[in-house]
Amino acid sequence: MYLFLLRRVGLMLLTALSLSFIVFCLTNLAPNLEKLARTEGSVRMTDDDVANWVIQNGHGGSMVSRYGEWLGVVPGWVLTDEKGVTRGRCLQGGLTVESAPRFCGIFQGNWGTSTVFREPVLKTVTNKLAATGWLMFWVMMVMVPTALVLGVLSGMREGSRTDRVLSTFAIASTATPEYVSGVILIAFLGSATAGISPVLSSWGWIEGRTLFQGTATSAMDKITFWNFALPVITIALYGIGYIARMTRASMTEVMTQQYIRTARLKGVSFRQIIIKHALRNALIAPFTVIMLQFPWLLNGVVIVETLFNYKGFGWTLVQAAGNNDIQLLLGCSVVAVFVVLITQLISDIGYVFLNPRIRLS
Amino acid sequence: MDTLSWPMIFGKMAIQFTPVWIALLVTFALSIQFKRRLGLYGKLFDSTVGMAGFALVAFWVFTAIFADLIITYDPLGQLSGMKNAVPGSPTTGVENAWYLLGGDHLARDVFSRMVMGARRVLAIAPAATIIAFMVGITLGLPAGYFGGKLDTALSFIANLVLAFPVILLFYLLVTPEIRVTGIPVALAAILFLFPVVFVCVLLNSRFFTSPPKRNLYVGTAAILGLWAYSGLAFNADPTGFWSMDPNLLNVFVSVVFVNAPTVFRIVRGMVMDLKARDYVAAGQTRGEGAWYIMLWEILPNARGPLIVDFCLRIGYTTILLGTLGFFGLGVSPESPDWGSTIDDGRRLLSIYPHPAVVPALALMSLVLGLNLLADGLREESLRD
Repeated sequence: MYLFLLRRVGLMLLTALSLSFIVFCLTNLAPNLEKLARTEGSVRMTDDDVANWVIQNGHGGSMVSRYGEWLGVVPGWVLTDEKGVTRGRCLQGGLTVESAPRFCGIFQGNWGTSTVFREPVLKTVTNKLAATGWLMFWVMMVMVPTALVLGVLSGMREGSRTDRVLSTFAIASTATPEYVSGVILIAFLGSATAGISPVLSSWGWIEGRTLFQGTATSAMDKITFWNFALPVITIALYGIGYIARMTRASMTEVMTQQYIRTARLKGVSFRQIIIKHALRNALIAPFTVIMLQFPWLLNGVVIVETLFNYKGFGWTLVQAAGNNDIQLLLGCSVVAVFVVLITQLISDIGYVFLNPRIRLS
Repeated sequence: MDTLSWPMIFGKMAIQFTPVWIALLVTFALSIQFKRRLGLYGKLFDSTVGMAGFALVAFWVFTAIFADLIITYDPLGQLSGMKNAVPGSPTTGVENAWYLLGGDHLARDVFSRMVMGARRVLAIAPAATIIAFMVGITLGLPAGYFGGKLDTALSFIANLVLAFPVILLFYLLVTPEIRVTGIPVALAAILFLFPVVFVCVLLNSRFFTSPPKRNLYVGTAAILGLWAYSGLAFNADPTGFWSMDPNLLNVFVSVVFVNAPTVFRIVRGMVMDLKARDYVAAGQTRGEGAWYIMLWEILPNARGPLIVDFCLRIGYTTILLGTLGFFGLGVSPESPDWGSTIDDGRRLLSIYPHPAVVPALALMSLVLGLNLLADGLREESLRD
């Protein structure tokens, strides 16, 4: 068992290292650095100036050594230019060459400075993650119970009318990506000129001009039902269909098992069979699916935060990528990749623990 | 002239779609007539779900084909006074002409853009999916069949790609800067080689017992394949027949790159299951080559799930392309594809919803059609 855990964690760390190296290479490409030089230095720099700036700011060495510096396993660069000004990776905040630590990468908690927000990347990322955490929390609260109930309901009597209706709904919801459902929901519920809001407003049933708010910017300060419902539903809707289909498949499989038939034959009521015998076994497979849904939720978060202008992690990622903010993009990528890898690990381990048929000696 | 009412708008749109209706009728009449002779495709017409899905998909395919006949205006043309016009607005200065679904923020016809968008989406999505499948199959077959170190290495790479959140990958791979470095071309050079290799190996393993035939088939395939390869990947086709816009190449390559690892995993899993079957053992005993067994014994037996996944994956690719358009990655600003039209329209969404809602509904119906089609195919392929 411990060997299995150890192997999984080791593989995860190896993957994380490879992925962060790939991301590092892709964000620190020569054209990106040139663009950075022109935005940080001046727009009218000559090509020689640009090359010089890149080297003087520590983007000169080989990709591997710079990656090592960024990680914090290779000593940070220190350079003195022709004017005699000494600069270095670790020399921020008035530190001198003697007093500064030799290593300052992400292992030491130095994630660099964001050029867009003008603050340490670590601070930006943690702030924005907190905002996204609320979004994710409510998405999970809506998505998981709804999907499980739908899946169990349609799976317990395969082929019934309920099953067909719910399955069609599930297919329709998997066919609707967030940017489509978000647009339709805003047009229908959050628009002052279309959908149901003008009607309700003219009847005097709602106070403002729209029923729900089409943006979630105000949710940054205070989350209310009216400004947060649409983004949450938009993300949840896409996942609901998928998880419901998996739950249904697993439920129908369980319902054909011998022990269910035995229970029926001995006269247990249908309700008791579902709750006592079927549910526990049927919910093992969806657990994995729900965990593996996280990477996709991350996508949903990016789309929805952009669409609803909610300034969370996804919005930050878009800002970082759009404004060539290399350090921030790297920070966001590391967090995103870790979220994905950790959920994969949890789903693997959880599956082993939940499923009594898998025994690791 | 007055603004059209909704029934009138739908009536006029239905008339514009006449070529599509005719084509649909002919397809359905012929398919239902001969459904017993058409194999899996024919069986599709036994299930309501499958037929509904097929109808939706066929509708968009025919729309893409006949787009030039359906559009009412140039999708890029701007008419003065039609900015953000509501659906059914009469065009200024012309008798008996309307913007059926209104105008967008640049006074272009939303209806015509939606129709032209179908052509763009359906030109890229299936092609990218096919390439992704060929890459996934060519790598997944040996990984599952031989196992060992090859399998470990390939699986590790596939898991690396799968651990990337898709949007992050797009933001890293589809940028104007990365085009300068030549990474998309390098990726294209690797990914586009797989279809050529796949076809050549496929033909070689089948016909290697009769060299003249083999030389003819493999030679033709290799020449045609390398001709297309040189044009598509390097833009170096001397005749200029095969070429790809660098923007499009970038989008295409990243979509293939995202999809291929999943296909690889599916194929690998299926091969590991199927390689213990008797017909594989029989082939090995006969002394057949490994590639013959993989491509001509195992692959045909795995076709059911693969066809189903293919339909689902085209839908997924459509969603991915829409995502790229939504973030304005790798598309020209005036391109009518659905994702970027939604992106254009979302800025004024709460005041003028129609420019964004129309392509959104179009995209949703196409993906829904593909999902229903996949569901119908799964049901019918499980039945026998």
